[in-house]
Amino acid sequence: MKRLAVVLAAAFFSLPAPAQDAKKEIEKYQRMINDSSPAELFELEGESLWKKPQGPRNVSLERCDLGMGPGVLKGAYAHLPRYFQDTDRVMDLETRLLHCMMSLQGRSREEATRRVFGNEDKPSEMELLSAYIAGESRGVPMQPGTKHPKEIAAYELGRKLFFFRTGPWDFSCASCHGEEGKRIRMQDLPVLSEPASARPVVATWPAYRVSNSQFKTMQWRINDCYRQMRMPEPNFASELTNAVNLFLTTTGQGEPYRGPGTKR
Amino acid sequence: MNPFRRKTLAALALLLVPLRALAAWNKEAFGAKSAGEALKSLGIGASADSKDILIEAPQIAENGAVVPVEITSNVPGTRSIAVVVEKNPFPLVAKFDFSESALPFVKVNVKVGESSFVRAIAEAGGKYYTASREVKVTIGGCGG
Amino acid sequence: MADPMKIRTTVGAEYTEVRVLMVHPMETGQRKDSGGNLIPIHFIQEMSVKLNGKTVLEGQISQAVSRNPVFSFRLKGAKSGDKLEIAWLDNRGERNRTETAIA
Repeated sequence: MKRLAVVLAAAFFSLPAPAQDAKKEIEKYQRMINDSSPAELFELEGESLWKKPQGPRNVSLERCDLGMGPGVLKGAYAHLPRYFQDTDRVMDLETRLLHCMMSLQGRSREEATRRVFGNEDKPSEMELLSAYIAGESRGVPMQPGTKHPKEIAAYELGRKLFFFRTGPWDFSCASCHGEEGKRIRMQDLPVLSEPASARPVVATWPAYRVSNSQFKTMQWRINDCYRQMRMPEPNFASELTNAVNLFLTTTGQGEPYRGPGTKR
Repeated sequence: MNPFRRKTLAALALLLVPLRALAAWNKEAFGAKSAGEALKSLGIGASADSKDILIEAPQIAENGAVVPVEITSNVPGTRSIAVVVEKNPFPLVAKFDFSESALPFVKVNVKVGESSFVRAIAEAGGKYYTASREVKVTIGGCGG
Repeated sequence: MADPMKIRTTVGAEYTEVRVLMVHPMETGQRKDSGGNLIPIHFIQEMSVKLNGKTVLEGQISQAVSRNPVFSFRLKGAKSGDKLEIAWLDNRGERNRTETAIA
């Protein structure tokens, strides 16, 4: 009996160890790539783009109001998504940038959204601007809009969408991100409906991805998740993407923003 | 063309040639398909394992496109460090030469094609010292 | 015209840490574009670091250095205001040089 107990105890204590070692090593990798990341280059280029006169009105985006007043960038990203009175809707960073490109610079929606997602040789305007503006929220706790009726409605819609199963595989966001212990190959999947897991995630997007050398934003991330679930890709800056983004950011609220991340 | 003019033109041409960096890119070494051949092309002879060469690298890399590697040589008088990723199609990844004003230290992001040993070879006083670390490369996520 | 490098320096008691971010595709020549064609090899081959006009470090690198390379070096005897110059030359003969003052 004693021998059996010893064997069982040994089995119990030896099983989780290798998985835990792998997890620690992967965390070390994540720390190291964040330490020596080219992400900063995108922030710098984004700053130039923010100040560059463009469009039929030949003005820069410097008077764009991201929620804290025209041209105020410090902390602006950390307070998005939120409701905007002038457009009477909830908007995330990219949705708001599109609005400024159209209203300030006089650009058409068609032109401004022609290339919202870039590639390794040429990032898109949204990617560069997102890198710069997000960088200006370093250290600021994530505090999206949660009080306005439209913010509450968007949050509710986002939550419904998170758990809504559809598409040819009958997937929802929760299929991958709704339960502890899920993994795709060597990547542990965070439970995005839980604050503890959502916080580090919302604090590190947008991000440079080493696997494709591209700087990616939340609009891209949401779009690509839908694509991977074999669902139609949602429209850029749509009500759906803003609702999902608000739900995620609200779930992760309070976390001090760490600046544009670097991920695999 | 008369000989005098030819000599003068040749001399002038030499003056116009930009001064090459001492460390001109070693095509043979970087084109070698094995670590052994690469090191031989660099003139690097037999190396002794040394605990004075520290390699900081992740044991598991979520993606092989960017693997940060930090190398410090505490062997006194280190003048150069070569970096080799043994299983890469072309194993020699870099060679750094240090003057007295630079510490024998370098941090660089390298591509590791498949799980492999990353090796550093330091030269000090005409002798060679080496250390290595294993980096396992994995794939994460949906492959996107 | 090649994009400027971003250089960050931190003067410490024993050495000055220099971190440089370079913009370069560092193509291995093994990648294919969307049309299925091989993207030609294109990478930085040589780099140098000069302190107050004197070369203190040189590097030869291969296409196996990651895209948009990030390097860290440690220099001795560097002080605030000293001139730092980092230069590179790639396999196509393209050059880039960025100068900065040690912070």
